[in-house]
Parts: sequence; structure tokens; C-alpha cells
Amino acid sequence: LFTLQVENVKLLDRYTNRKAANGTLYLTATHLIYVDASAEVRKETWILHHHIATVEKLPLTTAGYPLLIHCKNFHVAHFVIGQERDCHEVYTSLLKLSQPVKPEELYAFSYNPKMSKENREIGWKLIDLKVDYQRMGIPNDYWEITDVNKDYEVCNTYPPEIVVPRAANKAVVIGSSRFRSRGRIPVLSYLYKENNAAICRCSQPLSGFSARCLEDEQMLQAIREANPGSPFMYVVDTRPKLNAMANRAAGKGYENEDNYDNIRFKFIGIENIHVMRNSLQKLLEVCEMKSPSMSDFLTGLENSGWLRHIKAVMDAGVFLAKAVKDEKASVLVHCSDGWDRTAQVCSVASILLDPFYRTFKGFMVLIEKEWIAMGHKFSHRCGHLDGDPKEVSPVFTQFVECVWQLMQQFPCTFEFNERFLLEIHDHVYSCQFGNFLGTCHKEREDVKIFEKTHSLWPFLLQKKQELRNPLYRGFTAYKELQPNTLPFSFQFWCGMYNRFDKGMHPKQCVLDHLLSCVSQKVKLEDNASELENKLPCLDGPLPSEACSLSKVGSAASKTPMLNTPQDYEGEPPPVLSNGASAGDVDAVSDVDQKHKENLSRHRDLHDLNDTVDVLDSEAKDGKPQHH
Amino acid sequence: MLRSSQPLTGPNRKRCREDEMLLGTVLDEGERGFIIDTRSAQAAKQARMTGGGTEPKSSYPHWRRLHRPLERGRPLQESFIKLVEACNDASITMDRWLSRLESCRWLSHVKAALSTACLAAQCMDREEASVLVHGAEGTDTTLLVTALAQVILDPSCRTLVGFQGLLEREWIEAGHPFHLRCARSAYSHARLKQEAPLFLLFLDCVWQLSRQFPFSLEFSECLLLTLFDNAYASAYGTFLCNNEKERCLCKVKESTHSLWAWLNQPGERKRYLNPLYSHNALVIWPSVEPQSIQLWQGLFFRWIRPSQHLDEAWAEIQRLAESN
Repeated sequence: LFTLQVENVKLLDRYTNRKAANGTLYLTATHLIYVDASAEVRKETWILHHHIATVEKLPLTTAGYPLLIHCKNFHVAHFVIGQERDCHEVYTSLLKLSQPVKPEELYAFSYNPKMSKENREIGWKLIDLKVDYQRMGIPNDYWEITDVNKDYEVCNTYPPEIVVPRAANKAVVIGSSRFRSRGRIPVLSYLYKENNAAICRCSQPLSGFSARCLEDEQMLQAIREANPGSPFMYVVDTRPKLNAMANRAAGKGYENEDNYDNIRFKFIGIENIHVMRNSLQKLLEVCEMKSPSMSDFLTGLENSGWLRHIKAVMDAGVFLAKAVKDEKASVLVHCSDGWDRTAQVCSVASILLDPFYRTFKGFMVLIEKEWIAMGHKFSHRCGHLDGDPKEVSPVFTQFVECVWQLMQQFPCTFEFNERFLLEIHDHVYSCQFGNFLGTCHKEREDVKIFEKTHSLWPFLLQKKQELRNPLYRGFTAYKELQPNTLPFSFQFWCGMYNRFDKGMHPKQCVLDHLLSCVSQKVKLEDNASELENKLPCLDGPLPSEACSLSKVGSAASKTPMLNTPQDYEGEPPPVLSNGASAGDVDAVSDVDQKHKENLSRHRDLHDLNDTVDVLDSEAKDGKPQHH
Repeated sequence: MLRSSQPLTGPNRKRCREDEMLLGTVLDEGERGFIIDTRSAQAAKQARMTGGGTEPKSSYPHWRRLHRPLERGRPLQESFIKLVEACNDASITMDRWLSRLESCRWLSHVKAALSTACLAAQCMDREEASVLVHGAEGTDTTLLVTALAQVILDPSCRTLVGFQGLLEREWIEAGHPFHLRCARSAYSHARLKQEAPLFLLFLDCVWQLSRQFPFSLEFSECLLLTLFDNAYASAYGTFLCNNEKERCLCKVKESTHSLWAWLNQPGERKRYLNPLYSHNALVIWPSVEPQSIQLWQGLFFRWIRPSQHLDEAWAEIQRLAESN
């Protein structure tokens, strides 16, 4: 059922310009769908409205009225619409559809796969944080899971159940909550069983220039004493020193080493959400450059500062992991409110320390714990609703990238592959599932997420076969990871920031080939454990279609992406024998033209029948090779 | 595809009927050819002052000349040295690293070399035209282009044996002066005038192809690293001297062992094979977007960072490919 249908629409990309074919644009309640039926194979491009960040009208060209759409998952779609009235109608519709105002308008509340009520509820119970605490040995002599926050009286952005030192009684907890920004008291993030060192997290103290709080000091003492093996503990402020100091003037600030016994205080300067937002903006501008020189690209990358920030987050995670493992000291981490940089740093440290978080289950637990339960403001940071643009920031994106950087250095240590990360990232913005809606647990309860929406995790687990890492050497193969954090170790993540520029990526997919080698073996292993998670066939749009991946017709999905030369000219192209320029599409034969169009066709990543993709330029008879 | 050195046109625009005839015989009736000159138009023009130059249009009417300047000589060696210095700087910040990576221009040279080779390949494969490649001497950037173009165009150059043949033909016999070019490498303060890492640049470009087409080269990164090592210092005579004449005079074939003989031994060979290789009969066209070109970590960080995890990954890939 389409709310709008427009003919004579072209979809341009960096490779095709003038000779792009005409297609049809459809708008549904949830998606924009572009269909190009001009070639023998039907090509579809789907964009979820929730994924749209901006829509712009560009100046009129000879080809028509251009509309440029930027998506939150970095898909950039450049349409050219024949009629001005159509263009305007699409423009205004997309503006409205992409900026929901009320939470009820979000996709998750209307998404209705064919699933029994029981299975939906089971889906929400898949991840139980208590089980992870048990895995760490909690409750034990030093730590307990307390329900002091069950009615959110201590902190309304924390979950009802939090882990605090046994030695910290209710008075200490309440007292400390009055001395911490937004009541976000120190709680346990991760306990390193081997030596009792703990990673705890909180928000900044309301210390101003000289204020003290006995209970907060007692809270830190309790944390320190829960690790008898170490005479001191670290308190890490992940803000730049200057920012933290400026906060003192507003009655907040950081811990004074003189007031807290046996703490070592340290600043690890990670920039704030505004700096990160601007950094990403500059990075995306670099990614969108048409035919940049190597110099343009590297200079742009440097000027964005993006990799510098990624390194800063990673360095902080490494510091925490080293403190816990090597120095056997507990660490208390905070930033300002303890829901952005703090979440990043604690998550990275956990992954470095514990192989469990590198498994499918463990990674889901980590996200549920450090991000969802602990109140990262997904709704604001990801712009789910029409709100304050200054609250939007790629904090979770940076964390996902840190994981990807670790995958590059340690290819055998994660159970999942890059696509798993991209899917999670897509769904943080898609609002198709309830996990990332709102800003904290209390809000999700109030809006009845758990009754009215679906959880992402069962859906992803169902696709485990494509999302697994064929090189994973198992849970016990590696313990702690010690990444190299020299600048050269951080690579530009083409698969994320230029994800939809297929021509830029390696033309042959090793991952699919290796997955097919592995698939037979693991099929048997998985069936046993996945039976409980198995979901019946889904009705309505497949969850996969919610992503901005192209859907390819079934015939096309078997055909590997053809390989054609790009424009190799740095200077004006030479004049060829027939008088036309070498770079001019018109000069190219019909066969070449068809394949140039096919170059922009996206692969259907969910088709497991693709094994090796052998990408060749077209042979004279146009037949690609298969393996 | 043909290669040569520059025509000795000189300031007086000399002509040479024999040269014109020779190039004339290459083309069929009505056919056009391309000359890819690896010097800038300005540099090529300036070369006339010292006796060199370019093919004048009037004398070679069926050949279109394209200039695609490729770095060589001292500037290329400086680029290499600066890159290696940046890689070895343990205290470098992210901004400084990216800045130095950009300013050393090594990756720009990789992009330019791949682009030019692709252009030559396009002329042949798409336009079905003959191509003549030359720079000044015909011993450096010329060979870079012709050798790379063949890897792109010809699947037989992508086999282990075929690649060795390509090296013998397009680098060794063609007279790339290895002795002069691969003297001291990047750490030396000697700054020899004739030293330049053209061969390394070629190997880097081949590595870029292997990254973009992981199934299409029969040989592995290990081979490329071994070739790099042996070009600079070797127990074998393959890369000795500067040309065939010198090798003859030095009796290299009589007095030394061939690197190829050693590499191709059944026991050794396996190390240099790509377990993912699958014969690809067609042309492979790389992307030369900056995002597609990466720094060859396996070479430039070979001794700087531990490779244990990457080695284990490679072993896993081998295991999986073999079990398939």
C-alpha cells in the first residue's frame, strides 16, 4: 500500500551520472522504495524513513529536480525527479515521515511480525543481566545486587537492580546519590574474578570547589575495600581536564584526591558530544567527495579528527583493562553524566578483558548492560524523535567502531563478523525494535516497550549463520586482548562510512566464501542451541528490509557483482579514435553500459547461496564467471 | 603493448624515418594507437633541451600521446624514506601520523601507478588499441606500468609461474637497474643518487590488487615480501646487476643460483601460494579511490608490530580453504 508513487525518477551515484535509468519511487508508511526495472534484472533500493537524517532539494539541473537524502547509517541517496511538483511532494512527505514527534509513531509500535505472544515475551527475556553478574560470581562476599533502586528513588536513569559493595549500606547509597550528578552513584560494571579488581561507573560529583560528602567518600572506600588485594583504586575522569575544571564553577567537577583515601585520580581526555558530532560531520563530507586525490582524502581524514577520537576511546579502555589486570586495582570511571564516554570506556574495557563479551550472547549482554540498562540516551543521541539537534552525537557509533578496530587486529577472537555490528548499528536507528527506544529503563517501562514491541536479539540470532566469524577460534583461545594503539593501527572503516559505495570495497568477498566453508560444520552445533530461539516465518516486511540494503530480485541474487573499470582519469580524458572522450559514457559500447549500471547494483547480503564472488569485467558475450 | 625509452627528438625536432616506420608497422590499416608518456607534458618538453623529447604528432599521426606523470628517482626515494620514518615513530600522535602519511605521498604514488596501468589496460581491452609506454630511460616507470597492466589484463600473469615470468621479462630482462635502485633502502643516510624504490612500488600495487581481488592471484603476500627482500639483498643471482649485459659479463648464470629455482621447489612453493586462489579468466579492474588503497601494513609494519594474530588468521583461512 503506497502513500505516494512517482515515475521518472533517477538514482545517481558516484559512478553513474547522465545515463542513469528512469525508475519509480514509492513511499510507504515505513519505507522509501526505489525500483529500477529498466535492466533485465529488477533493482530495488529500500530506505527506512527512520533512517533519514536530512532531505535537501538541490538546484535544478538539466536532468530534473534533485533530492539529496542523507541517512543515519551513512547511506546517501541522490534522486533526480522529473517534475517539480512531484519533487516537492516527496520532499515534504519525507520531512514529515522521517521526523516523528511522539514515541507512539515509532516503527516498533506498529511492527508486527507473525509471532506468538509467548515468543515475543521470550524474546525480551533472552538477555538476563543477573545471569552475567552470576557469571562474575556475584553476589559474593563483597558485592551484592541491590533493589534499593526498584522504584527509581535513588536514580531514575539507572535500572531497578544495580550492583554495589556489600559494605555500602542504604544510607551510604542514598547519601552518595545526592552528591552525584543526576543521582548516578558508583555501581559495578565489571568484576574481574581472577583478582577481585572491579570496574565501576558513575557520574561527576557535585563537588564544586570545596564541597564534600561523607557518604560518597564511604562509597568509594567500600569499592576500594571490596578489592583487598590492592592498596589503592583509580578514579578516572574521561573528560579533558579543562572541561572538568569548568564544571566546578557550576557546582560539579571531579574528585579531590585529598578528600578520598587511597585514590589515584586521572584525566583521560575524550572530547564531548558536540565535538564528536562535528567530527563525524566532517568525516562524512570526506567520504562524499567525488574523486578526491589521496592527499584530499588523508588531509580531510586528519582534519575531521575522527580517528583521533576513536583512539582516545580505545586508549581509555586499554588503561582500564591494564589497571584491572596488571595492577590489580579497581577503577571508578565517570564523565559528566556517566552515560556517554563512561559507557564507551567501560564497554571497551570489558571486551578487552573478557572473551565472553566477544561472543554473540556476550556482546548482546554488554550492550543491554552498559548502554541500555545504564541509561545511554539513545533516543536523543540518535535523533529518534524530532528534538534538540545538539543532543545528537555518534557515541554508540564510536563504540561499535572500536569493536571493529579490534576485529582488524584480532581476526580470530570474535564470534561475530562486521555485518553483526552493522546490523546492530542499523537497528539502533531503525526504531523497529524496542531495545533502543527512549533514554532509560524507567521510560521504557512507562511507554510499555516490553508489552508492545519486539526485542532485536532473537531476530539477530536467527541470522547467526551470516553474522558469524568464520575465523573464530573459540571461547578459550584468547583471554585478554592487548591492542596496538599506535596511530597506524587505526584504519578507516570503509564498510561503515562508505558502506553503500560498493565500487570502493574489495570486489571479491572472502567472508562469504569462508562462511560457506564453515557452514556445514556448525549447522549441527547451532541447531541444538538455537531451537529455543527459533522464530516462525514472519509476515509483513522482512526485518532485513528495514535496513537500507538493496533488495535484489531473486534472479539477480545469484549473479555476482560485475567488475568494470572506473574512471581512471585524473586529468581530462584523452580523445579516442571516434572523437569522444575516454571517460564519456557515450563512447562506451552498449555491453559496457549495461555493466556500468550493474556495477551500482547492491548485493543481497542475506542470500546464503552466494559462495565465491568472482568479479570480472564483462567478457565479450557478457557472461560473468561463477564458482 | 610496447615499451621503449624517449625519442631523441632534441631541440631541433629531429625525425627518424626508421622509428616512424617501426611504430607504423605495429598498427593495422586505419588503427589508432596510444603513447603513454610517464612524464608530465612539461617535463617531456624540457627533455628536448638535453636531446630527448616526445613523438611529434605530425610524424606519428596515428598515435595519440597521453601524459601521466609518475614519480621516480630521488623524489620517490624520499617519499619512501619519509614513510618509513613515520612508521617507526613510536611517539607520533594521530594527527601527525595522518599528516606525515599525506605529505610523504607514497599512497599517492600507488594510486597514480595503478591508475596509469589501468589506463593502459583500458586502451587495450576497451578500445582494442595498441599502447606504447615510455618515460625517459624506459627502465623505471615504464616497466612499472607495463608490468602492472599485464597483471590486470592477463590471468596467466597472476599464476605463481606466470608472475615469475612477468618479473623476468618486464623487470629483469627489460633492464631495470636493480643494483643501482635497490642499494641501501630506507634507513641509509647515504642518499644515493640512483636509488629509487620502483620495484617496491610495483609490489605494493600488486598487493593492492590482491586485497581487492583476494581470489585472483595465485601467490600470497609472502611471495611479495620475499621478492622485496631479495631485490635488496639476496643469496641468489636473480636480481644482481643492472641489465643482461652486466649479468653476462659477471657470469651470473654460471656462478649463482636462481631465486626461482628455490621458490618453485615443492617443499618451498606452498608458502607462496594463495589458498583462496581461483582461476579468474578475465580482466581485474581495481578501484583507485583513496578509500580502496591501503597502506601495506605487512611490509611497512613487518618488524614494528607483532603479527601473531594475523598469522593465526591466515592459518585459519588456509585450513578452511583446504577443507573445502
